[in-house]
Amino acid sequence: MANENYDAIVVGSGISGGWAAKELTEKGLTVLLLERGKNIEHAKDYGNAHKGPWEYPHRGARTYAMEEAYPVLRRDYPLSERNLDWWADEKESPYTEVKRFDWYRGYHVGGRSLLWGRQSYRWSDFDFEANAREGIAVDWPIRYAELAPWYDYVERHAGISGSIEGMAQLPDGQFQPAIPLNCGEELVAGRVRGLFDGRRRVIPGRVANLTRALPGRSPCQYRNACSLGCPYGAYFSTQSSTLPAALATGRLTLKPFSIATEVLYDRDRQRATGVRVMDAVTNQTTEYTARVVFLCASTLNSTWLLMQSATDVWPEGLGSSSGELGHNLMDHHFRVGAEGFLADEQLNGQYYFGNRPTGFYIPRFRNLFGERREYTRGFGYQGSANRLGWQRAVRELGIGGEFKDRAAEPGAWQIGATAFGEILPRHDNQVTLDKVKRDKWGLPVLAVDCETGENERLMREDMMNDMAELLEAAGVRGVTTYDRGYAMGMGIHEMGTARMGNDRRTSVLNRFNQVWDAPNVFVTDGSAMVSSSCVNPSLTYMALTARAVDHAVGELSRRNL
Amino acid sequence: MAGIAMKDDLVTRREAIRRVSALLGGAALIGQAAWLTGCATGQSRVFSDSDVVLLDEIADTILPETKTPGAKAAGVGPFIARMVADTYDPREQAVFRDGLGAIERESRMQNGDGFMASSPAQRLALLERLDREAIEYMRRPGSAERPHYFRMIKELTLLGYFTSEIGCTQAMRYVETPGRFDPCITYTVGDKAWAPHA
Repeated sequence: MANENYDAIVVGSGISGGWAAKELTEKGLTVLLLERGKNIEHAKDYGNAHKGPWEYPHRGARTYAMEEAYPVLRRDYPLSERNLDWWADEKESPYTEVKRFDWYRGYHVGGRSLLWGRQSYRWSDFDFEANAREGIAVDWPIRYAELAPWYDYVERHAGISGSIEGMAQLPDGQFQPAIPLNCGEELVAGRVRGLFDGRRRVIPGRVANLTRALPGRSPCQYRNACSLGCPYGAYFSTQSSTLPAALATGRLTLKPFSIATEVLYDRDRQRATGVRVMDAVTNQTTEYTARVVFLCASTLNSTWLLMQSATDVWPEGLGSSSGELGHNLMDHHFRVGAEGFLADEQLNGQYYFGNRPTGFYIPRFRNLFGERREYTRGFGYQGSANRLGWQRAVRELGIGGEFKDRAAEPGAWQIGATAFGEILPRHDNQVTLDKVKRDKWGLPVLAVDCETGENERLMREDMMNDMAELLEAAGVRGVTTYDRGYAMGMGIHEMGTARMGNDRRTSVLNRFNQVWDAPNVFVTDGSAMVSSSCVNPSLTYMALTARAVDHAVGELSRRNL
Repeated sequence: MAGIAMKDDLVTRREAIRRVSALLGGAALIGQAAWLTGCATGQSRVFSDSDVVLLDEIADTILPETKTPGAKAAGVGPFIARMVADTYDPREQAVFRDGLGAIERESRMQNGDGFMASSPAQRLALLERLDREAIEYMRRPGSAERPHYFRMIKELTLLGYFTSEIGCTQAMRYVETPGRFDPCITYTVGDKAWAPHA
């Protein structure tokens, strides 16, 4: 058995793992970055990035063969022939749905940083204080002031475009210039400003797409083809941003096709000693040793790895002494909102140029500043206005030359938005190891057992009706509401299952993301989240990861790990 | 992670499963829902060469050459055949196939000749009638469960044409790398729409 030694091992190369690798190597540590899937090289492996729509046999649609191969992915929009091989092979890597749980996974270098929606928002103290204020789950061990400098730090490197708004529930950051609202959205935003006591605001989406160049990266080219990989490096991904920085130190070793199967644990020293790794191609195992281990394998997979570790001490795995490992799984519920048409005369003579990778955002306005609804927490909206395309013609009467030429022109302006709502942490929403089912490598798989509750159901009514109310108040015509249904996981914002806390009896991680029972093991992906807020979570993982690395390196130099 | 909300402006049958956002602005496309294990048929087993020629001519009547090339030049016939073979479930395939037969029958009744032998004016008159019939049919409750065959043909014709190279670059305006976003430009009636990247 080979044995290799590093200062640090990082498991997972997505958003969190890329940040951990960058920060650790830049602070002088030698780092082994493990990725279970294949490598995807920046630009070189973005094979579809410059293809036109006509170059796909089914123009991006899904075939029978695809639906058969991807029984989970087909449940929502991600299944597409454009980037199919960037999603996990569901036959190789099954899981058990005790209740329906949609798990959209990216098993390759870069993980879902290549595929994410890139919306990037800071949490506020409304979020960090909510659990304590309401007596739900446990308190966050940190507050906004503690994370703010780390948000500053990661935003500068990642490159977040956005506008300064001065809203307490959505703190401003170190933004590049915003990608502006188009004329239809601006019209609505202007009207909304004078309504609802100014508490509902339509602002440009804050997004990890550059509007100014950063070293080695170009500003956005407005192709809106991000999910094919960006050859310009214009959106934040491991490949465009953190991996080049880590590689530049000369201290990074990246190993694709390497499945971490166990964190090696020394029960006498109460420290991890390294990680056992299975080669995904040859099935051979290797033990790598390190002084510190960062788990960034994505929310459920980091928890899976903890459950597989130190079982000689704790049968339910490393971090299970609190009884909370695997519990409190969260996501964001969505697919509900409203839409309508902008009939304002002046818009007939207005259009836009370029394909934006974002739209507008409406920050949370419910249950703030003294308001109390019958549910707790809140939601925000993501939406856009645009002129209808040729698709409208399918339902219109007509065929022939005039019909064709008219369909080739832009149609009426439409505007719509979908709400993204907070899901409460509940102990009963949990993952466990399935004792029977095995994956391609003979490893046990996760069983997911979670569902939404009454709070989410009540919130959904406001999520739908508030958008209709806002649009109608802003003069939008023909407003219709929709609720297209939601199942846990669909938000692709899975959070929790190894939460942080102030007390080792009720949490898996301490305030610096260290496993209470193994302080040289850090978990800094979505697993660590104590509540879910209603804003997209990835920026917070970046900030938590950078902060945790800073702490880890400090503790190493103080010889505390 | 989930992106920006998009409007459904087409068939909404089994909507929860079948969003093909990029293709139809968030709307479901017929054939995009199949939970069934379909027989992943090759194109040749569903359509003969003469079927594909017929599809080309039907599509070219719906979207003929104007100042810009028509559907046949854009390869819409073979595209429709591929989509029906690879993405429709067997029941939908049967509706579609029966529809091609119906067009032949209706053509003989209305024009005295099969579709291929009819004049351009006769073809147009026939398909205009079927278009009206399909639109009326699709307004009825429950019709989405068994779409009218002409709705299928029209939908695939528009999809095939406006996502083709001719449709994107000639009928519409395609800029592969816009390089900038201008949130508000002047629009003059007759200006073509921008085709999206992918």
